[in-house]
Amino acid sequence: MKYFSKIYIAVVFMLLYIPILVLMLFSFNKTSNTGAFDGFSLYWYKELFNSPETFTALKNTLILAVSTAVIATVIGTAAAVGMVKMKNHVLRTAIQSVTNIPMMNPDIVTGISMMLLFVAIGTFVGLADKLSFWTMLISHVTFCLPYVILSVLPRVKAMDKSIPEAAQDLGCTPIQSFFKVELPMIMPGIFSGAILAFTMSLDDFVISYFTNGNDFQTLPLLIYSMTKKEVKPDIYALSTLMIIAITVLLILSNFSGNKDDIDRRRHEKMIAKASAQKPAAKKN
Amino acid sequence: MKKKSLGGALVAVPHIVWSALFIIAPLLFVLYYTFTSPEGGFTFDNILGLTEYADIFRTSIEMSIIATFCCFLIGYPLAYFIARSTERQKKIFMILLMLPMWTNLLIRTYSMMAILDDGGFLNSILLALDLAPVHIVGTKGAVIFGIVYDFFPYMVLPIYTAIEKIDRRLLEAASDLGCSNAQVMTQVILPLSKSGIVSGITMVFVPSISTFYISQKLGGGTFELIGDTIERQFQSYSTYNIGAAISLVMMILILISLAIMNRFSDGEETAGRLKR
Repeated sequence: MKYFSKIYIAVVFMLLYIPILVLMLFSFNKTSNTGAFDGFSLYWYKELFNSPETFTALKNTLILAVSTAVIATVIGTAAAVGMVKMKNHVLRTAIQSVTNIPMMNPDIVTGISMMLLFVAIGTFVGLADKLSFWTMLISHVTFCLPYVILSVLPRVKAMDKSIPEAAQDLGCTPIQSFFKVELPMIMPGIFSGAILAFTMSLDDFVISYFTNGNDFQTLPLLIYSMTKKEVKPDIYALSTLMIIAITVLLILSNFSGNKDDIDRRRHEKMIAKASAQKPAAKKN
Repeated sequence: MKKKSLGGALVAVPHIVWSALFIIAPLLFVLYYTFTSPEGGFTFDNILGLTEYADIFRTSIEMSIIATFCCFLIGYPLAYFIARSTERQKKIFMILLMLPMWTNLLIRTYSMMAILDDGGFLNSILLALDLAPVHIVGTKGAVIFGIVYDFFPYMVLPIYTAIEKIDRRLLEAASDLGCSNAQVMTQVILPLSKSGIVSGITMVFVPSISTFYISQKLGGGTFELIGDTIERQFQSYSTYNIGAAISLVMMILILISLAIMNRFSDGEETAGRLKR
């Protein structure tokens, strides 16, 4: 039994990793052959670094992810703080259910619904380019908001209400007590919400695919347009670099002893998603 | 005091406005497009015309159920074995499981292509061994394989979390009271990890029924899933009304299956509570 479980784990992980390893191997292939390895070369990496497209896409991806994280964190934190203070429970549940919609809906539905809205508004206002960086930013903020709120909300709920009250008794204005007392206490939640929003935005393809403008391409969109053409190892090279970057980040965050490590955040995202599904599904 | 708390709740207003504009309004647009013709008049034609896509709906549902089931069959033992390993091993296994989740979906699908393609890795190995090459990309099997590969970690993680939470003393008590190992599994571990199973299934089923990238790449354009049909209506044909109708029906299908799944797991929980 002990051996069986070891073998089982080994086999499943091997199957999970073989495709990724093969892809990495062939990124170093001398020729554009994706079946047989003809010799080691960095040709495809040179090719990749010579194309300005790659760097523009990388820059765009980071700009979008950072702006998304900032906006979603500010709006989401304010929403979490406000929702806890709400007296009307019906209203609070309603807001929470609506917030969770983009998390429960398939990405493609979120994507096309936003596209319909943007195209309609664009037509109404008379814009030439109905989809742009801004429509992409709005959609990214929208699908990241529930994750930020779900990271911050438990912190706000767990906070001892008498502490900000004490601060106000001691002469703080409500605004001072918020920034000096409440905010530092919920900071870990805000931080993990921001990181979650950043990575979700970085990783998104489906929603970006329906809301992007012609002039703004991110890395996932670049990979998509590359795969539409002939199969060439330059995509393998780009993928390999992205996988290496992710691996380094993941290992660093796991062994740095940081309490808020990245994998836990991904974990939190899934748990949040799972727990959010319940109340909303009941409503339907 | 009262005034202050009211002011506090007001900070949620930007979010409420945002949700109304960018969550509710887009969905209303889906509804609007579903029930109007391209000229703008009210019509049921889009919904009624969906019978044309009945086959695609059936194939998609069939394939995502098969893929979800495969994920469960392979994933449950894995989650169970990981939960039983030492703390140090668990940490390593979690990183190994997390890494593919962090890798972009397109890259994962593409790596699957690198293996399965006609001129890919698998076929060159087969040729080297003097075996006949197999044609995989372009078949339903390839797409199911791709879905399982892409969404597998999403099944394992919630189940693992649920099994991890089970109090070990319960398992000991069960064996002390005469349960065989198999009985401990079916009577104690499986029911107690139900919540994990339900969220695992949801997290695999929803993206697999709506995927379009995997079927485009691994299906080789030979057949369509719901996701492909929707994608085509919006990106190639600009027939938004039909696309909206298909999306709406798919959304409703997913909501119904989610509700059934949740009722199923809730009912079990209540039964368990009554027994106690």
